[in-house]
Amino acid sequence: MNYLWPVLIIISFLFSIFFGNIQALNNSVFESVSDVVQLSLTLVGNMCLWCGIMKIIKETKIMSFLMKMLRPILNWLYPEVKDNKNAMESISINTVSNLLGIGNAATPAGLKAMEELQNENIKKDELSNSMIMLIVLNTTSIQLIPTTVIAIRSALGSPNPSNIIVPIWISTMAGTLAGIIVTKIMLRKRKNH
Amino acid sequence: MLYFSAIILPLIITIVIFCGLLENKKVYDLFCEGAKEGIKMTVKMFPTLIGIFLAIGMLRNSGLLDFISNIMGNFLKYLNVPAEIIPLALIKPISGSASMALATDLIAKFGTETRIGLLAATIMAASETTFYVIAIYMNQIKAKKSRNVIIPAIIADIVSIITAICIIK
Repeated sequence: MNYLWPVLIIISFLFSIFFGNIQALNNSVFESVSDVVQLSLTLVGNMCLWCGIMKIIKETKIMSFLMKMLRPILNWLYPEVKDNKNAMESISINTVSNLLGIGNAATPAGLKAMEELQNENIKKDELSNSMIMLIVLNTTSIQLIPTTVIAIRSALGSPNPSNIIVPIWISTMAGTLAGIIVTKIMLRKRKNH
Repeated sequence: MLYFSAIILPLIITIVIFCGLLENKKVYDLFCEGAKEGIKMTVKMFPTLIGIFLAIGMLRNSGLLDFISNIMGNFLKYLNVPAEIIPLALIKPISGSASMALATDLIAKFGTETRIGLLAATIMAASETTFYVIAIYMNQIKAKKSRNVIIPAIIADIVSIITAICIIK
């Protein structure tokens, strides 16, 4: 961003002179700033609401209930880790936090899982199979409640901000499935070598 | 489907609070404690939002964005892809905060219920910042050989964006 951002601004300035749009450009500078202030004021309410609900989820047994539900799926995704209790625990916390959209809980758990997987890794400078699956699933990250997007939509005056949930589920599921399938195929090919 | 979408959030809120009560937790105190984080997150987002809105606003008003869209527009129209979402799709895997600001800008300019507005929201939520995730996870264990972990990650991103374009008409 440290390169892209200045380039965007400099190019915009040069082109606005070229196209004769300098007046519009001038107005846009002030417009952008007041747009952000307005947006943030409405955004902050929604963000607080969801962070509050997430906190309750984190502190109750809902978390461990979801972890139990996911066990069979995780065993299939990470066949090598089945018997490594510590790694499995971190992976479950990571997965459930991703599902619930608690980003600030997902990343620490994911990184801890990486360290525990590294303990069992034979080639220390190479990612193991389970690590690859963990990384891919964290890049696609299925979210049950896309809180930020809902907050933004409602801040921008959407009559029904949560309408977006189902399309998001479908597209994130499709992406995640594609990621899992490609990873599994890739890892199986490696094994045959 | 509309009714289903409408019931999800109130249902989740009620279930969560009910579960908290069953466990004798001080749900209200917990809620307030968590809500504080919401303020922190918004404050953290604010500077990036200003930066991106400024750059994108200038880019749009300079006429350059229309110029590029016109050139690429016909080809993209043939594929039924709105040109406006291309920058978002490109920046999504690289920078989380920038793509969030970009998506917000698109939703604000085109409307929350328009095709572009819905697409922007879906693309933003449907995946994580791929390169950032790979970087911090690999850095954690100081691994040097990635064994092409980038390939499934990028394919997943592309599939989820294509799916979004297909299902949002």
